[in-house]
Amino acid sequence: MRETLEKIKSEALLALSAPDAQIEELRIKYLGKKGELTAVLRGMGKLTPEERPVIGQLANDVRAEIEAKIEELSSAAKAKELENKLKSEKLDVTIPGEKTEIGHFHPLALVQRQLEDIFLGMGYSIVDGPEVELDYYNFQALNIPKDHPARDTQDTFYITENILLRSQTSPVQARVMEKTQPPIKIISPGRVYRSDAVDATHSPLFHQLEGLVIDKGITMGDLKGALEMFAKRMFGESTQIRFRPHHFPFTEPSAEVDVSCFLCGGKGCRFCKGEGWIEILGAGMVHPNVLRNCGIDPEVYSGFAFGLGVERIALLKYHIDDMRLLYENDVRFLNQF
Amino acid sequence: MQLSMKWLADYTDVSDITIKEYCDRMTMSGSKVEGYETLGEDVSGVICGKIVEIDRHPNAERLVICKVDVGAEAPIQIITAATNVFVGALVPVAIDGAHLCGDIKIKKSKLRGEPSDGMFCSIAELGLTLHDMPGAIEDGILILGDVGLGDIPLGADLKEALGLEDKVVEFEITSNRPDCLSVIGLARETAVTFGKELNVPTPKKPTPANDGDKIENYLSVSIKNTDKCYRYSARVVKNVKIAPSPLWLRMKLRASGVRPINNIVDITNYVMLEYGQPMHAFDYKCLDGSEINVRDAADGEKFVSLDSIDHTLDSSMLVIADHNKAVALAGVMGGENSEITDTTATVVFESATFHPGNVRVSAKKLGMRTESSARFEKGLDSENTMPALDRACELVELLGAGEIVDGTIDVYPTKKEKVELPLDADVINAFLGVNLTQEYMADVMKKLEFEVSDDLKTITVPSFRDDVRCMNDVAEEVLRIYGYDEIQSTMSASATPTLGARTERQNFDNKIHDMLVGMGMNEIETFSFISPSWYDKIRLAADDWRRNCVVISNPLGEDTSVMRTTTLPSMLNVLAYNFNMKNTDVKLFDISRVYIPTTQGELPNEPARLTLGFIGKDGFYKMKGYIEAILNIAGATDVTFKACSTEPTFHPGRCAEVYAGDKKIALFGEAHPEVSETYGIAGGVYLAEIETDNLYDCRRADITYTQIPKHPAVERDFSFVCDEDVEAASIAAVIKSASKMVANVKLFDIYRGPQIGESKKSMSYAVMLRAADRTLTDVEADEAVRAILSSLETKLGIKLR
Repeated sequence: MRETLEKIKSEALLALSAPDAQIEELRIKYLGKKGELTAVLRGMGKLTPEERPVIGQLANDVRAEIEAKIEELSSAAKAKELENKLKSEKLDVTIPGEKTEIGHFHPLALVQRQLEDIFLGMGYSIVDGPEVELDYYNFQALNIPKDHPARDTQDTFYITENILLRSQTSPVQARVMEKTQPPIKIISPGRVYRSDAVDATHSPLFHQLEGLVIDKGITMGDLKGALEMFAKRMFGESTQIRFRPHHFPFTEPSAEVDVSCFLCGGKGCRFCKGEGWIEILGAGMVHPNVLRNCGIDPEVYSGFAFGLGVERIALLKYHIDDMRLLYENDVRFLNQF
Repeated sequence: MQLSMKWLADYTDVSDITIKEYCDRMTMSGSKVEGYETLGEDVSGVICGKIVEIDRHPNAERLVICKVDVGAEAPIQIITAATNVFVGALVPVAIDGAHLCGDIKIKKSKLRGEPSDGMFCSIAELGLTLHDMPGAIEDGILILGDVGLGDIPLGADLKEALGLEDKVVEFEITSNRPDCLSVIGLARETAVTFGKELNVPTPKKPTPANDGDKIENYLSVSIKNTDKCYRYSARVVKNVKIAPSPLWLRMKLRASGVRPINNIVDITNYVMLEYGQPMHAFDYKCLDGSEINVRDAADGEKFVSLDSIDHTLDSSMLVIADHNKAVALAGVMGGENSEITDTTATVVFESATFHPGNVRVSAKKLGMRTESSARFEKGLDSENTMPALDRACELVELLGAGEIVDGTIDVYPTKKEKVELPLDADVINAFLGVNLTQEYMADVMKKLEFEVSDDLKTITVPSFRDDVRCMNDVAEEVLRIYGYDEIQSTMSASATPTLGARTERQNFDNKIHDMLVGMGMNEIETFSFISPSWYDKIRLAADDWRRNCVVISNPLGEDTSVMRTTTLPSMLNVLAYNFNMKNTDVKLFDISRVYIPTTQGELPNEPARLTLGFIGKDGFYKMKGYIEAILNIAGATDVTFKACSTEPTFHPGRCAEVYAGDKKIALFGEAHPEVSETYGIAGGVYLAEIETDNLYDCRRADITYTQIPKHPAVERDFSFVCDEDVEAASIAAVIKSASKMVANVKLFDIYRGPQIGESKKSMSYAVMLRAADRTLTDVEADEAVRAILSSLETKLGIKLR
């Protein structure tokens, strides 16, 4: 019987080792219910009690050995099968993806969001105001009385004698100061209106962003620091700013503020018309008359204000050469942002 | 303001400074330079020559050959077609290598076989006009003797001799600095900026003939409205000889952009440019009653200005009048009825100051902004009228233009008071964030012609600086001379810390904004003002409430004349624009406002609007899906869509109002075919106008988690046949209310066909049944289905297919 077992083992292993071995058939042949090994084990009853454990052990070993071999072979076969399947499933990854529609922010919205985020990071909050505004807030509270020549430089759309389309976002300043005692630290983005016909650089409607800071001990150095930080965030770390004396009725001292050209770095190029500087905003220390008009004591508080044109920044940032593109809304333009 | 650098040199010497540096530093000290121009740049190589011989050209009938003495050993030869040349004439000769205006280069050449060494010049070729060179002719050679220049040496460079060369700097003077609208004002700024001496001589007092004649024999002046005229000074000049001004004066006017006219008029302009004080000259013989009255115009009073334009005045305007009539519109322009002519023998010079706002408004009303009104409207110094008048008389004597009559009339009802201000270095340093000494500040103020007290603590503002009235103004004076760029940046270290954060509403708006882009729509920007006719284009009825809008009283044009009450026409315009540009598959959104009038005299409401607009492949249900997504993100609950057949802009069968509870959130649908046609868009146009403020009010402010169901659901599908006009929402509502087991109802198919019958449809629903606390048994599920079917039959009369 021992010999039979040994023979089964060697025959089975040999058969399994053949390159074209039919593994399932061989398993049935040797290990199945009617298989050769089972047949041998059925004859175990005829053995002596002494032989039984010995042969039993041997039979188990033979079985285990054959099973191990079968397991080894079948897992290799499975792996082979999987490999073939994966091969057959190969995709052309260069075929275009199924289209997901994506929309685009308007360039003005992109710039406004960026401006807002910069100033939020510096502790400003965002305040809104009416676009159809009282003459009082747009002009008079801001130190521009009825017959002031500065009114000519901002040709204004009027609704009635006392109601107009705001020509600047500054009336929001006056409204905020009237309601709030310092500290005040706000920006106010929004639409403004001036009686300019549409052309490549003008539009009767455009967007401004106004900033206002009022507290005890605010200096002009603080204004410069705030605008310098803004300019670096907006136009790059190497950006420099330059203050040029100017006049606005609602600030004193007032300045026009240039940033170093972000294309040439200040050397002078076609973009900055050889100047090395690009004018981007107006700023100054809030005029004491404005503070007083709004119920804030200029002997106790001081502050600064600044204003910039969102369109101007967008045109500069994206190298757009005609403002009309912003309001035509051709999707071939919008898709670029 | 155009500043002639030659004129500037009369008062301060900046010859060691390049023009570029001059412009840059003046800008940085507060006088903004727009640019500069070099006059006479186009002209070179033109010398004075005398024609000594003229011969006929052998080969050309129209040409002559001139021998010209240019001060050299031998005469040169010039061939010309000009007919006004003659032997002995002194003429400008452009020699070989010369440049002339109009980019003309002169070379030796042969004309019809005869050599020509150059060319004679006309005034235009020298860049001049008849105003610059009175006595010259336009279409011939400039004969120097005709224009009083017969004494220029032969061979002399004419550019130099005529004074054609100058540099002109264009300043943009801010409205607070009318004193800088003058050569002297800019000379003062120049001297301080560059640390130079300023030398402005006081005009010599005139020396009238000792004939006993005096101004009172000629004139009386009365200011009837002292609120609008602060000072009126006048002098009379007799035995006036009207003539052209001398060349030097004409060249200064020309460089300053002012046209020379005649000696008297030129003197008034010269003084205006030099002193910043506009002046006027009247022909004395035209003043009825020998009097000048500064009075309000009568309503409807007629007036013809110097430029021969008829005006109708009103009583808000101030005029200079004689006994009978207005002879000038105060501060704006003189009248034709008293203008200086060649026959003027006696002149009245006016030097006055007026209410700036009144001049500005009058000039604006009459549409005649002049050099004079541009100065007066900024507020001029009443202390300047007499120096200006003295200067005018000095020039009259210098030019020999007439004799000054003894005496001055000077009506000055309220003398201007001096203003004193403290000069406190500590306060100014703390305000600016700089560290300057009291002495430095005092020195700057002195150079700017402020009087400084001995202890340096008080300054007196000069009369020409009405813009300096408080500490901020003084700080600016100090700073602009010290240098704005010298301020060190600081970060408000002492200020109270503030939180920079968006409000809940701002975050909400941004969330929606981001989502719209994420959903595949492009954002647009549209104007807030539209044409009232656009309401016709969107089919609004004549009495539609939206036609009541905020109207602009001075619009640029009809298309931008009213503030919109709906954003739909703006959106339609953009869709049409894109359609015309062949962008035919477009989904757009617009975040903006509309303007709804309230009470007369009050500000309108400005509610926010979100507008959607589609053309191309996506239609009604795509747009509805977007709106549902927006409502979902906002967290609105109890949302209903109600069919709306009454909105004129929309297809009556394809339009819905959207509510959250009883708040209207949106109106959307397919545009009425007539609207699409009006806008020239083929195919469906889909529009939505969403009331963002209401959407925000319906938001889910706080999120509370709901437990995920623990027990499995049972799904049952049904198909019903019903009438075409039964709405899906009512079927769903009946199903939902039929049993509390119903967890979800989903419409998955609608079928129409001959088997179903006309005006019928088959609706297929998947209904999910669930109990929160147990797994439903088949019996329970069947019971729920029975309840649903019976409800549908009793409430809607529809049966299982």
